[in-house]
Formats: sequence, structure tokens, C-alpha cells
Amino acid sequence: MAERSFKEEVKSLRLGDGDEFAGEGILAITKALLQSGVSYVGGYQGAPISHLMDVLADANDILEDLGVHFESSASEATAAAMLAASVNYPLRGAVTFKSPVGTNVASDALANLTSGGVTGGALIIVGEDYGEGSSIMQERNHAFAMKSQIWQLDPKPNLPTIVNMVEKGFQLSEASNTPVMLQVRIRACHVYGRFATKDNVRPSFTLRDAMENPRRDVNRIVLPPASYLHEKEKVEKRWPAAVKFIVDNKLNEMTEGDLSEIGIALQGGMYNTALRALELVGLADAFGNSRIPLYVLNVTYPLVDEEFTRFARGKKAILIVEEGQPEFIEQAVNTILRRADIQTKVHGKDIFPMAGEYTGQVMKDAFGKFIALYEPQAMSTGATPEGDNRRKAAVAALDGKVHGRPPSFCTGCPERPIFTAMKLVERELGPHHVSCDIGCHLFSILPPFNIGATTMGYGLGGAGAAAFNTVSDKRVISVMGDGGFWHNGLVSSVGNAVFNKADNVIIVVDNGYSAATGGQDILSSHHPSLMRNTQNAIEKAVRGIGVTWARTIERTYDLKAMVSTLREALTTPEKGPKVIVAQSECMLNKQRRVRPQMNQAIKDGKRVVRERFGVDPDTCTGDHSCIRLSGCPSLTIAPNPDPLRKDPITQVINSCVGCGLCGEVSHAAVLCPSFYRASIINNPTPADLRRKKLRDAVIGFFQRRLARRSLATA
Amino acid sequence: MTTTDTPRSIRIAVLAMGGEGGGVLADWIVDMGEHNGYIGQTTSVPGVAQRTGATIYYIELFPRAVAEAAGRPPVLAMMPVPGDVDIVVASELMEAGRAVQRGIVTPDRTTLIASTHRVFAMTEKIALADGRVDETALRDACRTAARRWVAFDMATLADRAGSVISAVMFGALAGSGSLPFSREAFEATIERGGVGVSASKKAFGLGHDVAQGKEPAPLPPEREKAPPKPRPPALVDEAQRIFPAAAMDIIRAGIERLVDYQDEAYAHLYIDRLKPVADFDVGRGDGSFALLTEVARHLALGMAYEDTIRVAELKIRHSRFQRVAKEVQLKDGQILTIAEFLHPRLQEIAETVPAWLGKRMLADGWLRRFVERMTQEGRIVETTSITGFLQLYAVASLKPRRRQSLRYATEQQHLDAWIAKVLDLAISDYGLALEFAECRNLVKGYGDTHERGRRSFERITGMLGRIAQQQQPARLLAELRAAALADESGGKLTETAGRLGLA
Repeated sequence: MAERSFKEEVKSLRLGDGDEFAGEGILAITKALLQSGVSYVGGYQGAPISHLMDVLADANDILEDLGVHFESSASEATAAAMLAASVNYPLRGAVTFKSPVGTNVASDALANLTSGGVTGGALIIVGEDYGEGSSIMQERNHAFAMKSQIWQLDPKPNLPTIVNMVEKGFQLSEASNTPVMLQVRIRACHVYGRFATKDNVRPSFTLRDAMENPRRDVNRIVLPPASYLHEKEKVEKRWPAAVKFIVDNKLNEMTEGDLSEIGIALQGGMYNTALRALELVGLADAFGNSRIPLYVLNVTYPLVDEEFTRFARGKKAILIVEEGQPEFIEQAVNTILRRADIQTKVHGKDIFPMAGEYTGQVMKDAFGKFIALYEPQAMSTGATPEGDNRRKAAVAALDGKVHGRPPSFCTGCPERPIFTAMKLVERELGPHHVSCDIGCHLFSILPPFNIGATTMGYGLGGAGAAAFNTVSDKRVISVMGDGGFWHNGLVSSVGNAVFNKADNVIIVVDNGYSAATGGQDILSSHHPSLMRNTQNAIEKAVRGIGVTWARTIERTYDLKAMVSTLREALTTPEKGPKVIVAQSECMLNKQRRVRPQMNQAIKDGKRVVRERFGVDPDTCTGDHSCIRLSGCPSLTIAPNPDPLRKDPITQVINSCVGCGLCGEVSHAAVLCPSFYRASIINNPTPADLRRKKLRDAVIGFFQRRLARRSLATA
Repeated sequence: MTTTDTPRSIRIAVLAMGGEGGGVLADWIVDMGEHNGYIGQTTSVPGVAQRTGATIYYIELFPRAVAEAAGRPPVLAMMPVPGDVDIVVASELMEAGRAVQRGIVTPDRTTLIASTHRVFAMTEKIALADGRVDETALRDACRTAARRWVAFDMATLADRAGSVISAVMFGALAGSGSLPFSREAFEATIERGGVGVSASKKAFGLGHDVAQGKEPAPLPPEREKAPPKPRPPALVDEAQRIFPAAAMDIIRAGIERLVDYQDEAYAHLYIDRLKPVADFDVGRGDGSFALLTEVARHLALGMAYEDTIRVAELKIRHSRFQRVAKEVQLKDGQILTIAEFLHPRLQEIAETVPAWLGKRMLADGWLRRFVERMTQEGRIVETTSITGFLQLYAVASLKPRRRQSLRYATEQQHLDAWIAKVLDLAISDYGLALEFAECRNLVKGYGDTHERGRRSFERITGMLGRIAQQQQPARLLAELRAAALADESGGKLTETAGRLGLA
């Protein structure tokens, strides 16, 4: 069960001819796949295309009605390899993952797939996680397209264009026997818009047809001599076929403008931001009518020489809007124009910054420079707005006062006690080198924990510690999530450590989901699933590949157990990798599941106990050690009610889910006696009420005596 | 919205933190626009920011009639451009500041609608003392940068309505009049959403009315005042005769604290200790009585040190039970139980019992081993159960014998020495004395925290002689005090002392 449910939204996948779809980009892409007669879909979740996987999972019955097979792939490599079904059969298939990290993992299969080529349309939907909101290294998917010669679509970020490009992508793939990547940026994935729908198409040739009538063609397999043939075929047949299709179908767009001596060529995905920037410098209207001729590349690879020469011919200069680096398109355009002996000046990264997101401001500045060079009279006056000094003063006054607010562990997150335990063990045994992985647990590198030195990729936490396999008084700790463990970690991290007789410690955070990507199920999810095979224990898996020291802690909140297990793992004389599986359900998902049940039970008059924690303001002295060892969002600070004290007190707010870590921390770290656990009994039983009556009588008597005494001393 | 004839979309940015309903608010705005003659677009970069991080939603609304007249759909932007945003809605004060810092709030154009409550950033929360950012500076910057500044505490209103902050923000947006839609159009949007409609509408109404000035903005949560004393200690009158009025707020609180902590005699001791400081401040101070005030503050806190007796007493009071009930929002028909997480160690127990017994506990022997074994693990005491209550009651009952404890003697010695040093410094340098008085704030907390604080305090005390010989000694001392509060290890203090040539 994923974090977000699309049960309502997926109904729009059933819309047909003459209907209008309204919704997010991701959902529109799904609809476009169904309209294109796709036979099978796979993928691996990750921002910004996580929701695509969630939508597909929630739409499973619709997919089954159409005879479409959908699976959550074990990794991006699995997803890419799945496209092998389109090599020999006229089956349209689509897979999705984030890029570049997903494409990195998938690239082995992608290269093999592309070498042999495809018969049925093969579409790879990559979510380009670049710029603001990105959680990964800043690289371009473009390089993968170029190295394997996979065609890359980068549509204008509006739903009609994106949907059209999905359909055209399949056709292009079939026309050129080449897989096609559809690149969508994070904002395009989440953009809300509308488009006119068509009926869904049931594939005419089915997976079952293929399985019952198997075909093979040795020339499609990557082995000499076919592999040499493939390379020739790519440049001699497939490339020209692709270019012809792109030109014939006008996939790229060219518009005229009265400033015809200059032009702007841009990636389709940059279109809306670029047009806004042009509007702001007074060179376009709200409808995309630009005074400067535009060449919009909805296909960014391959480039069409003929179109580029046509666009550039007779112009003094063109500017290329190409986000990310290296500037592959700009380099290629220079080659194209040189070969055609066209002297038009090519600008790009000389005017734009080489690196970083092309925001509206960046584009505005760059267009301003470009126009100043060639058409200075066309510049809008560009007077600085009157209030600019006020704005500057305000920004200056805020210097250092707006703190970063990076993502962090959620309220009650079961991963937090693992890092609290590491902090406490660090006090005893000193600091250790910590190799991290990808997942929510990577938030450990930020305050308050400040734990972790490197992250080398999904499931590679253990592998990142591989070199530290020598005699030492200290072991290395690596951390990995259950998502990463099944993605790659079992073999690349744990198996590798077993095989190479590493003596280090591997902590596997087993929260039951691929939590960071939105709570998707995985092999070891703790609950049964109708669609998938779950409940496969991680400890069983690691023992299966030869780990002998393995411990599963069933409640990470049991800080004492966490600390002592970690201490033992770091000090035991036993050789070989020490694997600690730290289990507790992802709190975000748990609350989503449990809270409605609890509210219903209370409504139904059942006895329900809710626990939460609190801090007594009169014993809290405002040192905040508790926050430094926990970092829970529900643990915050508040003005000190004591007129004698100035430092803010710690406060637990009502969003507390009662996970118990605060109490455990104050015990284990011998912090302070200010924490209390409040249990609120809803719909108490008669026995509860009797007990309360007795308690109130006895305690009330002593409380009154206490009050009298303190008056007497006063 | 536009001042010229050029068709232009309305541009709105929403800044919120993961889980605050920023996405719902953005969807509401688009839905409202679409039902009232506009083409709407929204987008965001949620990603991992959903996990409590700061994130931004961007919305554009374009008049449909204008698009139809033009025969072309408008091209709407995917992200806010500085200088080009009409409305910014921020869910919290620092987020409003972030909007200003990003340049999307500009004096010529932007209506900035923000909740003024604070959700503290991690860096503010983990400070060893007070790491909060100056709220006034945040507010002033927002007011300076915005064309209009519509701001009040929306979190409190959301609580009051039993709803979420996004609904109050939607109400404030309506009330600000910055969108061309009626209140009815806003409310119809909430109704179409169909989830928690009545609570959302209530929250919406509060936000709307406060934004329009029809309702007063909620006041900042007041400091929880101590219940008024049935009869003010006679000592307060006496103190009023002795001490300057400027210091009396703190001195009065100090007297009340110490009567409550121990007895009138103890508060008398407090007054006696303050007298020489007052004499000095009256005779040779700068008229602010800052020295007297700060000594009075820290002396009261120091004398009311948190031993197990004090903690037990505070935990079992009736007023405390009531406070917890209020804090957890206990409703009629619910039963509350309270459990404490206590971890007294040998040291604390030995310091609490009469000195002869305490010394025996601390000496090597069977008693020490026994107590150590008993205190190896923390204990959970259910104060609302009879047995748990009586355990704490028994500890609290040691109060009359507190003066015989080991800790009592040490604390008094420390305090006397500190006051003597303050007075000694004051003769030559009032500012330095004041800084040193404030250094007592390092000594706080329990267990390890307390020991760490005391260590820092003593290290700084040991440097006083050298500090006094430097230029601007008060500034140096302030720097050292800040360094002592920069980390738990004392590393920063060592480094700073080294750098200043005091190590």
C-alpha cells in the first residue's frame, strides 16, 4: 500500500473519445499509455515518477481489463530488461524510473536492448530529477540517450503535448526499431492540466500470443558478429528512419517572429519557463507568440540537421537553451552548422550559466544579454522597479535568519532510535566510519544526528565500506534500508562482505516499505499483499547467503536493545559481517493505516488508549539534549513559562504519536526527569472508572495534605 | 489584477512544509478558478520535501474568456519568477521570510499572506540555550518587502476550529480580497472537496474574518502564569522596602520560588545574600540594576536546584495533574494516566539523603554496590497509580531534611563563592561582573548535562584572572560563554580559550 492512494483519480483512466481529462502529468502519461495500446508496464519508483508506479498499482483492475501486465520491478535494471519482450514481438511496452540514478542502474539492459533493436514500441519514461527539489546528483539523462543511441523526447510541459509524445514515441520506436526515452521533469510530472482523451486500446497482439508462439532471431542478440552489425544498423538504418519520422510528423516546432535575424532553440521541457521569461522582457505575449523565432525541440536526440540548418540559415545568431551540462546540444549544433558551412553565431552556455537549473530569472537574464547583443532596440525599458531598494533591504535584513529546512525523519519515525543508539554507542566506543545508502535513513547525515560519511548508491551502503577490510581496532558501520537491500544490497553489499570476509557491521533498516519513494511494498513488507509476494524475512535472506552473525530487533524503539546489539556487533570476536535487521513499521504509513481504525473504534464506543508524551515545564531547564538525541518534529521548543528562566523549554506537541523514544532516550542517556507519558483512555470500562475513583480518593487526600503543608511553610 | 491591457495570469506561490496541506490549498485555488471562469495550472516539487521539509507550490490562473477570444491557450509558467508574483501564501513566519529571501515577494506587486506562528527549524531547536531567530526581524523584513502584508497566527485559529492550517490560509486569501472571487466561491470550493467540510469552513471563516479585520487576530500564547499566591509572603513586602523597584519582578519571583521550594527561612537567606549586591548596585551601579536583577535571577534558580525531592514534589501536585490534562487536551469521559521516566543515579540519591548516609553511600562498600545495582536502569513510575504516587510522595517528604543533605552544602558553597566573585569583579568592572553573573546559566539540567555545565562554569571561572587583564574583558567573557553553549563536548570552549590566549 503506497503512501498516496490514487483510487479516485484512476477512474479518469477509463475516459474515452470526446471526454476531457483533468489531473496531474503523471496520471496523464498513464492514460496516454493505455490509449497507445501498451501490453506491459514495469518500473521502479522514485521521485518524480513514484506516483506513476502508484497510479499503475491502483489501476490494476483497469489494466487487467485491457490485458495489460503491470509489475513493480525489483530494480531499474529489471524494468529495462523487461523491454526484451518487444525485441521479437510486436508488443508495446513501457517502463519508468527516475534519472539519472535509475538510468545508471538500468544502463546495462538498456545498452543490450538498444544494440539489438526492437520490433514493438519500447518506451522508457524517465523522471529527470534535476534542480529544485531534487534528491540526487545533478547529471543529465541526455548522456545515456547519446551513448546507446536511444531517442529522447523532451516534450513541452503541457498535458496535450506530453500525451501526444507518448503515442508518437511508440510510433517512432517502431519506425526506427529503437527504444525511445520520454523525459519528464519534476514539475511536469506534478503539473495539473487538461487534455481531450481517446478510447483506450486493447493490444491486438498479446503477451500470451507471444508465449504460445515463440520467435527468435539470432541477429537481434548481442554477440559477434551480430553486435558489429547492430552498430552499423544504428547509424545507417535506424537513425535516418528516426529523423524521417521526426520530420514527417513535425515532432519539433518552429515559429516565426519579426526579429527574424536571431532565433532561440530550446528543449521542449524548457518551453513554459522560457516563454514566461520572454514575456517579462517584453518579447512574447501570454499565448506564446514570440517576436523572436523559436525552434522547440520536443525531440532532443537525435537532432535533425536539416531542421537546424533551416532554422539557422540567414540569421546573425541563435541562442540554445539547454539545461544541465555538458552542453551536448550546443556542441552538436556547432558541428551541424560547420558541416553545412553556415556562419550563424551559436550562443548557449557562453550566455547561460554552465550549471544549475534554468529558472525564470536565469532565463530572463540570459535573454536580456542575448538581445542586448543583437537587437538592443527591442529591449523593453527594463527600468528597475521602484520598490527594488526595499526588496534589497528586506533580503539583507534576513541574512542568516532564514534557516534551512531540509527534509527529516517524520514524527515517531522508527529509524530515529537507530541513530540515537549509534550516538549513544559513540559515547562509549568513540566515533566509527559510517557508510550510508539511499533512503530516508540518509537524513541521519543532517542535524541533529550528523552521522554518515558517504553514500554510493541504492543498496551500496555495505559496498561503500568494502575497502575497510583490514585489521583494525574499530569496525566500520554501514546503513542500508530494506528498499536498497532488495534493490541491490543483498548481493552487492551483504554477499560481497560475506565473500570477501569483511568484519564490519551492516544495519538494515526494515520499516516494511520502500519508504522514501512513497511507501511502496517490497519483498520483506510485513503484511500480506494480494498483488505481490511479501513477508520474506531479511534475516533469512542474509543467512541464506552465508551471514552467521545476524540479529533482528523487532522494535527499534527499544533503545536498550538497539544499543546493546550495536555494541555487541562492534565488539564481538566473531569474524565475518555482522548484520543487524532493525524492524519497526514506517510511522507515516502506520499512522495512515492505524489512525482511521482508531477513530472508528472510538466512535464505536470501544476502549481505546492513545499514548503521547509530554514535558513538564517546571522541571525542564532548557538544555535541549533530548532534541539533539531525537530530532522528532513533535519535539520542539516553547517560551519558558518561568519568569526566572530565559532559555526556551522543550515541548511535545499534540502531533506526538507516542512512539516512546523520548522516554527511552531520557532513560538511556540519563537526561532529565521531565518527560512523561500520558495515556488517554477513551470509552473507559466500568473497571477503569472504579479504579479511577479509588485512585482519586487516595491521591486526592495526599495532594491536599501536600498543599496544606506547603502553605504552612509559607 | 493587471494594470495594463496585456492579458496576464494571476500568479500565486504557496510556501509550506511537508504535511501542512500546501498541496490541498493549491488544488483548492485551481478548482475555484476553474469554476469561476479561469484556466488553472498548478505544479510543485514535492520529492523528499514531503518529509517535513520546506516546499513550494505554484499556481497560475488565466481568464478563460480572454483565451477564447485569442483562440489560443495561454502558456503558463512552471515556477515563480522574482518580481512577477502577485500573491504569496506562507504557512509559517520563517517560510514567509524564505519567500522574501527568494525574491518572490516584491514591494511593487506582492500581497504576502502569512501565518506568524513559528515552527522552529532544527538548528534553532538543538541549541544548548536559546537558538531562536529574532521574530521581529522576520516580520519587519516581510513587511518591508511586500506590497501588502496580511499576517496573523493561523495555527492557533486552525486549532480553535479543529481543522488544519491550509483551511485558515484559504480563508485569509479570501479575506485579503486579492483574488477576484467571492467568499461564496471560496466556500463552494471547500464543499466540493468533500473532506472535513464543516471544520474546514469554520477555519476558513476565522481566517477570512481576521484578514478583513472583523475579528481580532489571536494573541501570542501568553506565558502560563503561576497561580496567584493565596497570601503573598510577608517577605515580599520586606524586600520591596530594601530593593529597587526595577529588580523587584525577579526578586519577587525568586522569593516565591524559594518559599515554595523550601520555606520562609530559605527565602530570607536569599534576601540576605542579595543585600550586598543591591548595596553595590545602588551605590556604584549604572542605574539599570542589571547586576542585581541577574544575580537575583540566577541565585533563585541556583538555590532552587532540581534535586530528587523537588522533582518528586512537582510531579505529584494536583496543579500538575491539571496542567497535563490540559496539555493533552483531555476531554470529558476520558481517563488520563501519567507515567514518569526517571533515572536517579547513585550520585543523586546520595546527595539527597542526610549527609551521613550519603557519605556512606558514596564510599566503597556494600551500600554503594547495592544502590548502584538498583539504579542501573531507568524506572517508569506511574504517578497516577496509588503505589507510584506514594513512592514519589515519600521522596517529596524528605523536604524538611533537605538542609542536612550533601548537595545542599555544596550548592550553598558554590553560590556564595559565585556571589563573592561577582562583587569582587564589580568593583573594577561592572560589565564583566554582569557577564560573570550570567555565566551561572551554564549550570543547569540533570545528570551528565549538569556535570557538563558545571565543568564549563568552573573552567571559565578559572580563567577570570587572565580575562580581567585583557582588553574588553566583558566581551571576551561573553564570547567564552557563547562558546560553552556551542557544543556538548566543550570543544568550542577549548578552541575559543586557546584562540584568545586564555588556555
